[in-house]
Amino acid sequence: MGLLDIFRNRSQDPSAKMAKERLQILIAHERGQGQFRAPHYLPEMQKEILEVIRKYVHVEDDAVKFEVEHNEQFELFELNITLPEKGEGNERSD
Amino acid sequence: MSKVLVVTSGKGGVGKTTTSAAISSGLAMAGKKTVVIDFDVGLRNLDLIMGVERRVVYDIVNVIQGEAGLNQALIRHKEVDNLYVLPASQTKDKDALTEEGVGKVLNDLREEGFDYIVCDSPAGIERGAQLAMYYADEAIVVSNPEISSVRDSDRMLGILASKSRRAKDGETSIKEHLLITRYAPERVGTGEMLSVEDMLEILAVPLLGVIPESHAVLQASNAGRPVILDENTDAGQAYSDAVARLMGEEVPMRFIETEKKSFLGRLFGRS
Repeated sequence: MGLLDIFRNRSQDPSAKMAKERLQILIAHERGQGQFRAPHYLPEMQKEILEVIRKYVHVEDDAVKFEVEHNEQFELFELNITLPEKGEGNERSD
Repeated sequence: MSKVLVVTSGKGGVGKTTTSAAISSGLAMAGKKTVVIDFDVGLRNLDLIMGVERRVVYDIVNVIQGEAGLNQALIRHKEVDNLYVLPASQTKDKDALTEEGVGKVLNDLREEGFDYIVCDSPAGIERGAQLAMYYADEAIVVSNPEISSVRDSDRMLGILASKSRRAKDGETSIKEHLLITRYAPERVGTGEMLSVEDMLEILAVPLLGVIPESHAVLQASNAGRPVILDENTDAGQAYSDAVARLMGEEVPMRFIETEKKSFLGRLFGRS
């Protein structure tokens, strides 16, 4: 059995490769249908952006809104900060 | 400041409850006051895996409906300090859990000074699963190196990013972790199982840990003792590593390489 296996494994396409290819096609398709996921680095990035903002101006947690929009061609990262008191304006960047 | 952690997967039978039990025990052993909540209303099992099934008097639905106080329902683990279990109810009423009710229980737990609130999600994407992840700050997505489990994990990641409270309130999104369970390096070696790299490439979520397929897991559930307490087992050690990473430590991955077999071993040995 051991001897045969060695030859069999070499001559056959390993099934894990098939699984990976099928998954990649399927998941790309499912994500395309409204199944959008924000990139995994987003929480960390948001935290760091907040830290930078707070170097210059004091803002509350709920004064900062992060949004990621997903279109067919592009992804849009929207950052919306409500500045305190008299500076009551919005700042936007993408 | 409490952290709400959801253990989820979409697919059933991949090791959510085993993971919830192990991770919550590990956090408690590290000195964090921890509670683990079973969200599988109607099919509770966390109590069995934690070994507290004979001490269940009240459950989360009793607490939400005002029939019992939180402290009456919380079961203190006898072996692990700082560890509490909040069981699910066995009611068939699917609407027993409500968003407000769960929110209130979590707030009360925060006020009790819990460092970690671990939510053990049921399988599927129904109400229980949605409520388990709704208030989460971090999510552990449990996945087997198997095609349907990986697909479901991807679906759950999509739901976490769109249906959680953090997503709805426009706050920083849930921090995601991938935990691969039932991993068999020797089968990866022969090309019949998806590798860690394959899964990371497909799911693109930071890796929290890899738990090897291990007889220790069944033994632990037979005994009602979270597998992380068996410090001499591969699965127990892999979970300890994952807990350390969860708390920010950098720990190298173990149990992902197969032992090299000699040529003769490959000729005559069984894999």
